[in-house]
Amino acid sequence: MSDNQLPLWEVFIQSKTGLPYKHVGSVHAADAEMALQNARDLYTRRNEGRSIWVVPSDAIVASVPEDEDSFFDPSDDKIYRHPTFYEMPKGAKHI
Amino acid sequence: MENLKLEELFQEKLDREEKIEPKDWMPEKYRKHLIRQVSQHAHSEVIGMQPEGNWITRAPSLRHKVVLLAKIQDEAGHGLYLYSACETLGISRDELNEQLHTGKAKYSSIFNYPTLNWADIGAVGWLVDGAAIVNQVSLQRTSFGPYARGMVRICKEESFHQRQGYEIMAEMAMGSQEQKEMAQDALNRLWWPSLMMFGPHDADSPNSGNAVKWKIKRESNDELRQKFIDKTVDQAKVIGLSIPDPDLKWNEERGHYDFGEINWDEFYQVINGNGPNNVKRLAHHKRAHDEGEWVREAATAYARKQTIKKNVA
Amino acid sequence: MDQKEALYQYWLRLGDDSMILAHRLSEWCSNGPFLEEDIALSNIGLDLFGQTRIAFTSACALEGKGRTEDDLAYKRPEHEFRSCHLAEEPNKDFAHTMVRQTLFSAYHLLLYKALERSSDEQLAAFATKSLKEVKYHWRHTSRWLVRLGDGTEESHKRVQDSLDILWSFRYEFFEVDEVVTELQKTSIVPDLSNLQSDYEALVLEILEEATLVLPEKEGFKATGGRIGHHSEYLGHILSEFQYLVRAYPNSKW
Repeated sequence: MSDNQLPLWEVFIQSKTGLPYKHVGSVHAADAEMALQNARDLYTRRNEGRSIWVVPSDAIVASVPEDEDSFFDPSDDKIYRHPTFYEMPKGAKHI
Repeated sequence: MENLKLEELFQEKLDREEKIEPKDWMPEKYRKHLIRQVSQHAHSEVIGMQPEGNWITRAPSLRHKVVLLAKIQDEAGHGLYLYSACETLGISRDELNEQLHTGKAKYSSIFNYPTLNWADIGAVGWLVDGAAIVNQVSLQRTSFGPYARGMVRICKEESFHQRQGYEIMAEMAMGSQEQKEMAQDALNRLWWPSLMMFGPHDADSPNSGNAVKWKIKRESNDELRQKFIDKTVDQAKVIGLSIPDPDLKWNEERGHYDFGEINWDEFYQVINGNGPNNVKRLAHHKRAHDEGEWVREAATAYARKQTIKKNVA
Repeated sequence: MDQKEALYQYWLRLGDDSMILAHRLSEWCSNGPFLEEDIALSNIGLDLFGQTRIAFTSACALEGKGRTEDDLAYKRPEHEFRSCHLAEEPNKDFAHTMVRQTLFSAYHLLLYKALERSSDEQLAAFATKSLKEVKYHWRHTSRWLVRLGDGTEESHKRVQDSLDILWSFRYEFFEVDEVVTELQKTSIVPDLSNLQSDYEALVLEILEEATLVLPEKEGFKATGGRIGHHSEYLGHILSEFQYLVRAYPNSKW
C-alpha cells in the first residue's frame, strides 16, 4: 500500500519578509491545510519563518543533471549581460 | 555512457568535495548504502522517543517537563528531516516503516536499554545525545546533499539537548544522597552502551570501506568514539561522578584517554534483537502505526472527497 | 470570599484546566497516528503547559506565601485541584482526543477573547498571549474533526460516539459561582452571559461541516470540578504526575 503514509509535499519557507522562499524539505499530509500545519510544526519550531509555501511533490518539475551542459553552459559566454562588460568614460559617476 | 565511466566521474566529483544531489547519477551501491544509513538514523530518532517518553508524565518539575517534551518533539522532527532526505533516494515512508517493522532496518542499539530513574533522562541527553552529536557533526560534511543539509539543521537544534541532559545530571549529582545514587546508577548503566553507539572497531566494521571512499562517512568509528570519551570524562569529573571503567587512564603519549574493552558480545546480542527492550520498542511503534491506520485512511478519504467536489464545481 | 481569594481561585482554574489537558496530550508522545501529528499534539501540549506556568506563577504571586508553580502542580492533593471534567477525560483514541480538544479549544478561544477585556492587567495580558495559541489549536483540531467526521464510515462513527458522550461536559465551562460573581463586580471577569450560546453556535458550525449531529439525549452534565469534586481519573493522573516529588520529599528538582 503506497498511499498509507499520506502524500508528500515540498516545503518552502520565507524567514523574513522581503527574502526569497527557500526549500527546506518535505512533509506528509492528506490535504493542503494539513500540509501547511505540519510544515509549520516541523520547520518553524524555532521561529525560522514568517511565511510558508507547500507544493505537492509531484507538481515539481526539475531539470535533470544530463541537461546541465545544454541548460546552463550557454550563458557562460554572454558576458554582455553583466554590467562590468561596459566601459564607462573616465569621470562619469553614479552609473 | 557506460557505468564504468559514470562511476569514474562520480568519484572525481566526490574527490572535488562536491555534493551528490538526488537526481544525479550514483552507483546503485551508493544509493543502497545511503538508504540503509539514513533510514537507520531516522529510525533511531523515532525509536529514541520511547525511552525518553517513558518519563514525560513523571517529570519532577514543570520546567523539566516542557524541556523534555520539546526535546522529544525535536527527535520526532529530526526523524522527519531524515525520512525526508531518505525519500529523495526513491524509497517511500511506507517502505521505510515496513523495513523497521520486519527488522530489515536497524536503529541505534542504545534505545533498547530501559530508562529506569529520572537521572536516566539526564544521562540520555548527556551521553547518548553527546555521542550522537560527535557523529552528526562529522556527518555535516557527508557527500549526499539532502543528508548533509539535514545534519546541519539537526546539529543546530541538538545543541540544547546535551546541555539539558548534563544540567539534570549536575543537579542530581549535587543533590540529595538519593539523587546522587540515581545519577551514578544511570551513568553506570548507560556508559558502556553509549560507547557501543559508535559501532564495532574499525577492523570489524563491514560497511566502512565504501562509506569512506564515497565520503558518506567522514571519520571512523574508533576515531569518533575516542573523541567522545576524551570530552566526556572531564565533564563527569566536574560533577563528581565516576566513570565505570577501571582501565580508564589518561595516556600522555597519545594525548587521549585509554579505556577498557567493550563487551562486544552484549553489543551483538542487542543488535540482533536480544536487548532488554527490543521487542517492546518495535511492538510500541507498530501498535501506534496500526492504531493510526484508520486516521490516515479517514484523512485520505476526506481529501479525495474534497478534490471530487472541487472538480465538479 | 474576597476579591483576592476569588482571583486566586480563578487563576487556579485556568492553570489546572491547561495542566491536566496538557498532561493528556503529552501521553500521546510517540503514540500519534503518524509522526507529523505526533509533533502537532506535543505542540499544543507545550502551549498549554506554558499557560499553566503563567497561571500558577500569577496565583502564587497573588497568594504571597512564597509558593512556586511547582508547589501548585506537585504538592496539591486532588481535591484542591480546580480542573473541569473534560480536561481529565482519557485520550481513548484519536477521535476521542480530537473531540475533547475541539470542545476545549472552542471554549478557550471564546473565554480568552472575553478575558482580553479584563480590568486586571495581568489577566488581560495572559488572555492576549494565550489567544494566539488557542486560535491555532482550534484551527488544527477543528479541521481534524471535519476530516474524521466526513472521512470514512469508521472515523465518522468514532467521532460521533465520542461527541455523544462529551457534548454535555460543556456545562461546567459556563457555571457562574461565587468566584465568578465576585470577579464580575469589578469586571476582572467580564460579562459572560453570551458565552454558552456563542460556544454552541461555534461548535455547531464545525459539526455541520463535519456531518456530525448533536446527541438526541444529553448525558452526564459535568459539574463539581471547580470545587474539587473530580472524575476518578484525576487521582491517577496526579499519582503519576507528582510521583517523584512525593517519593523524595527531601530532594530538589
